[in-house]
Amino acid sequence: MERDKNFVLGIYDDEDVLLNAVTQIRQNGVKIHEVYSPYPVHGLEHNLGYRRSRLPIAAFLFGLLGTTLALTMQFYMMKFDWPMIIGGKDHAAFPDFIPVTFELTVLLAAFGMVGVFMVSSNLKPWGQPRIFDIRSTDDKHVMAIDLVNNSHLERERIVEVLKASGATEVNNKSFE
Amino acid sequence: MAHQTNYNLDQRFDFTAATKKAIFIVGGIGAVLLILGIIFAAMGGDHGHGDDAGHAFHWTQRLFANLWINNVYFVGIAIIGVFFFAIQYAAQAGWSAGLLRIMLSLGYWLPIGAVLMIVSFFVVNHDIFHWTHAYLFDINDPHYDKIIDGKGAYFYWPMEKGSFPIFYVVRMVAFLGLWLFFFNKLRTLSYGEDLKSTGHNWFAIRKWSAIFLVVFAVTSSISAWDWVMSIDTHWFSTLFGWYVFSSWFVAGLSAMTLIAIFLRERGYLTMVNENHIHDMGKFVFAFSIFWTYLWFSQFLLIYYANIPEEAVYFVERLESDIYSPWLFANLIFNFVLPFFVLMTRDSKRHSIFLKVVCTLIIVGHWIDHFMMVQPGTLGHNGGVGFMEIGMFLVFGAAMTFVVLTGLAKHNLVAKNNPMLEESYHHHI
Repeated sequence: MERDKNFVLGIYDDEDVLLNAVTQIRQNGVKIHEVYSPYPVHGLEHNLGYRRSRLPIAAFLFGLLGTTLALTMQFYMMKFDWPMIIGGKDHAAFPDFIPVTFELTVLLAAFGMVGVFMVSSNLKPWGQPRIFDIRSTDDKHVMAIDLVNNSHLERERIVEVLKASGATEVNNKSFE
Repeated sequence: MAHQTNYNLDQRFDFTAATKKAIFIVGGIGAVLLILGIIFAAMGGDHGHGDDAGHAFHWTQRLFANLWINNVYFVGIAIIGVFFFAIQYAAQAGWSAGLLRIMLSLGYWLPIGAVLMIVSFFVVNHDIFHWTHAYLFDINDPHYDKIIDGKGAYFYWPMEKGSFPIFYVVRMVAFLGLWLFFFNKLRTLSYGEDLKSTGHNWFAIRKWSAIFLVVFAVTSSISAWDWVMSIDTHWFSTLFGWYVFSSWFVAGLSAMTLIAIFLRERGYLTMVNENHIHDMGKFVFAFSIFWTYLWFSQFLLIYYANIPEEAVYFVERLESDIYSPWLFANLIFNFVLPFFVLMTRDSKRHSIFLKVVCTLIIVGHWIDHFMMVQPGTLGHNGGVGFMEIGMFLVFGAAMTFVVLTGLAKHNLVAKNNPMLEESYHHHI
C-alpha cells in the first residue's frame, strides 16, 4: 500500500472540543487518518468509528499455541524421548503437566499480544513511526487528515472544516 | 455522549403472583421428587450392609446428607451477597451502585438458613459427623481413634471429649450470629439512607463493611473447616477454607447476576445497562477460574505427593463409580463451560449467555458441595437421585422466594448513594 505523504494537521487543546470535532468532521465527509493524544481520551475510538480491536483473538490464538507447545513438549519428553518414573506415576501423568502448560499459555498469550500490538501499531524495531507533531506527546491533541484519501475535497475545504470544529492551529505536514 | 439520568429511583420490585406461582411450581416439583426419593430409599435402602464403621446404612442418612449439603450451600450464597455488598464499599466502587440492593437481598436467607443449620446439626449429628461418636475418644474402646482424639479439643473444649461439642456449637452459633448482625447492620444503614432527605450513610456503611470483611475473612475459613472439612475427620487441607469460599462466591455472583438480568427483563433497574452486566460477567468468569485454581492446587499437591492419609480423599472420589463422573462434571460445569463461554466480550454483554452459564454454575457448585459431603458420609450408598435433585429444588425455590420477598420490601435503588452518578456513566 502506498503510504500517504501529505497531511493537514488540526491541533486541539481540549479533549471535549476534540471529541465533538471528530464527530463533526466525519459528518462533513472528511476521512480522519488518525488522532494522536498525550493520554487516552475516553470515547475517542468510538467517535472515530473504529472497529473493535482484534487483539483478543490474537491473544487467544497465541495462548492456544502455548498450550499445544507445552503439552506436546512434555508428552514427547516424558513419554517418548526419555521416559522417567516420577513419584510412581505413569510416564504421561497429565495433571503434572498442567502447571507448565498454564505458564506457557500465559507467556505466549502475553508475548504474542505485545508482539502483535507492536507490529500493528508500527512500533516494531525496524519500523519508522511517523511523528506528526511532537507536541502530541506533551499537551496537544493532533488530528491528521491525509489528502490522498480525501481527494474528493479541496484542501481549503478541509482547513475550513478543521477551523470550524475548534482547532487552535491548522498545519501542513509532509513526509519524504 | 449524552446519558439519560432521569431514572426512577423510587421504583420497587413487584413480586407478582405469576412469579410466586412459578417458584412454587419449582418447589413443588422438588418436593414431589424428594418424597419419591424418600419412598424409594425407604423401600430399598436397607440393603447397604457393611459400612466402614460397622453399622448398617439407613436411608435417613442420605436425607440428612442432602439436608447438610443444601444448608451449607445456601447459607454460603446468602452470606456472599452481604460479602459482595461490603466489598463494594470497602473498595469504594462506583460502578455497582445500582446493584447494591440485589447483593443485600441474598442475605434475607441468612436468618432461616442459620436456624436450619443449627437445628439440623443436632439432627444429622452422628450420621454426618463421624467425630461426634463418644467411643472414638475412649481409649478402652476397640474403636478408639488416636488421630481424632488428638483433634478432639477443637470440637469439645472445654468439656470432656466425646460429650457435648460445645466449642463447635459455640463457633457455629457465633459465626452465624455475627453474619446476621452484620447483615442487619448494613441493611439498616443502607435502607435507612433512603429515608434521609439530604446526605447519606456511605461512610458509616464503609466502616461496618470493613469490619465485616475482617470478621468474614476469619469466619468463612473456619466455618468451612467446621461444617465441611470435619466430615472427613482424619483428612485435612490447608486451603479448604478458601476453596469452599470460592465455591460460595461464584455461586453467589451467579445468583446476583441472574437476579439483575431477571429484574432488567421485567423493566426494573433501567440504570443497570450492559456495562454493569458485563462487569458481573467478568466477576463470574474470573472467580470461576479462581475456584478452578484452588480446586486444582488442592488436587495436584495431594496427587503429586501421594501421601496415603491425604490421597484417600481423592481415592474415595476418583476410584468410585458413583462419584468419579461427578468429579469431572464438577470441572466441566464450573471451569470448562464458564471459561469458554464467557471468554468473549459479547457473551458477557448479552444476557442469554449469562443466563445459561450462571444457571449451570449454580447447579455446578451444588455438585461441588455434593462432592464435598457425600463421599465422606454415605460412601457407596450415595449418588445423585430423586432425593438430591428434589432437596436442591426445594431449597433453591425457598431461597429464591425469601430473597425476592426481601427485595420487594424496599426501593430497588439506594437513591441517596453518592456513587449513583458514577454508576450511570459506567462505560467499558
